[in-house]
Amino acid sequence: MWTDLVATPLFGVTLTLVVYLLAQHLYRRVKNVWANPVLVSIVTIILLLKGSGIEYHDYARGGDILLFLLGPTVVALAVPLYQRRKVVWQHKRPIILAIFAGSLASILSACGLAWILGGSREVILSLAPKSVTTPIAISIVEKIGGMAPLTAAIVVLTGCLGAVCGPEFCRLIGVTSPVATGLAVGTAAHGIGTARMFEVDRLAGAVAGLAIGLNGLMTTFLLPILMAFTNF
Amino acid sequence: MVRGLTLLLLFQFCGEFISRMLDLPIPGNVLGMGLLLLGLMTGLVDIKWLEEAAELLLSNMALFFVPAGVGVMVYGDLIAAEWLPISVATILSTFVVMAVTGKLAQKLETPEQDNVD
Repeated sequence: MWTDLVATPLFGVTLTLVVYLLAQHLYRRVKNVWANPVLVSIVTIILLLKGSGIEYHDYARGGDILLFLLGPTVVALAVPLYQRRKVVWQHKRPIILAIFAGSLASILSACGLAWILGGSREVILSLAPKSVTTPIAISIVEKIGGMAPLTAAIVVLTGCLGAVCGPEFCRLIGVTSPVATGLAVGTAAHGIGTARMFEVDRLAGAVAGLAIGLNGLMTTFLLPILMAFTNF
Repeated sequence: MVRGLTLLLLFQFCGEFISRMLDLPIPGNVLGMGLLLLGLMTGLVDIKWLEEAAELLLSNMALFFVPAGVGVMVYGDLIAAEWLPISVATILSTFVVMAVTGKLAQKLETPEQDNVD
């Protein structure tokens, strides 16, 4: 009976919601950035599944339902962007140039570091789109010849790191404006970073949402050019 | 609420359709976001139809990433095999990107504000 129940979508959805609500509660109580609800929920659910021997496959039946909602949520990013179109248009030059520089910096630093540390060609290529939102990163990596599952894992880890440390790191290095902070976190940590920025500031969230799309586009076109240029 | 969700899904569907038809490297939802922005700018779509649904989804955006993150557990072996280059590159590069993007954006946006004043 128990195994049948676990295999229904009800299990994955309920488990995710309960853990997430508890993680949010914890986050409000301890007020520590490392208690980020997404990070805490992911770690808790992985430990619970491993500990009880429940297959990821069973969890995913419910997980996929929540994951599906990410689609219309990305479309909905157009709403805050439209509401703040005047400010965004005013900053069009820094927005485009900063995302371009960030996209280039992401590819070069991730691949360069992995290369120096002796990463295999496949791992280096899988790291290339690490700051790009998952669906775009997967289509990029399938084209250039990396490992799609590894890229998916790296993209999520990058997103968590940016969401946890992003706003604090920006303040530390003297980046204080909502537009610059939103761009930095959105370009580096895609959707997970954007979700965090929406908690901090609506304008920063809107700009971060724009950065998800633009960084994805720029990386898509930059990577093949860089690969041809470096003969990699 | 239902109207807003329906519109969002319709735009995602259109984006998905175009992405597949033209074999674009851009996923349907990102294309859908662009199409919706176009619809709002041209006045084809009224922002009032969407506000409630968009607010509900955006304010809970972080939740939808949890299942994607749990998926990492399946690839544990893949990460363990080359954990050093993967972890160092992932961590350092994330900070490099935030520093480059944030610093440049802040530098470029300041003179523009001076002109306004």
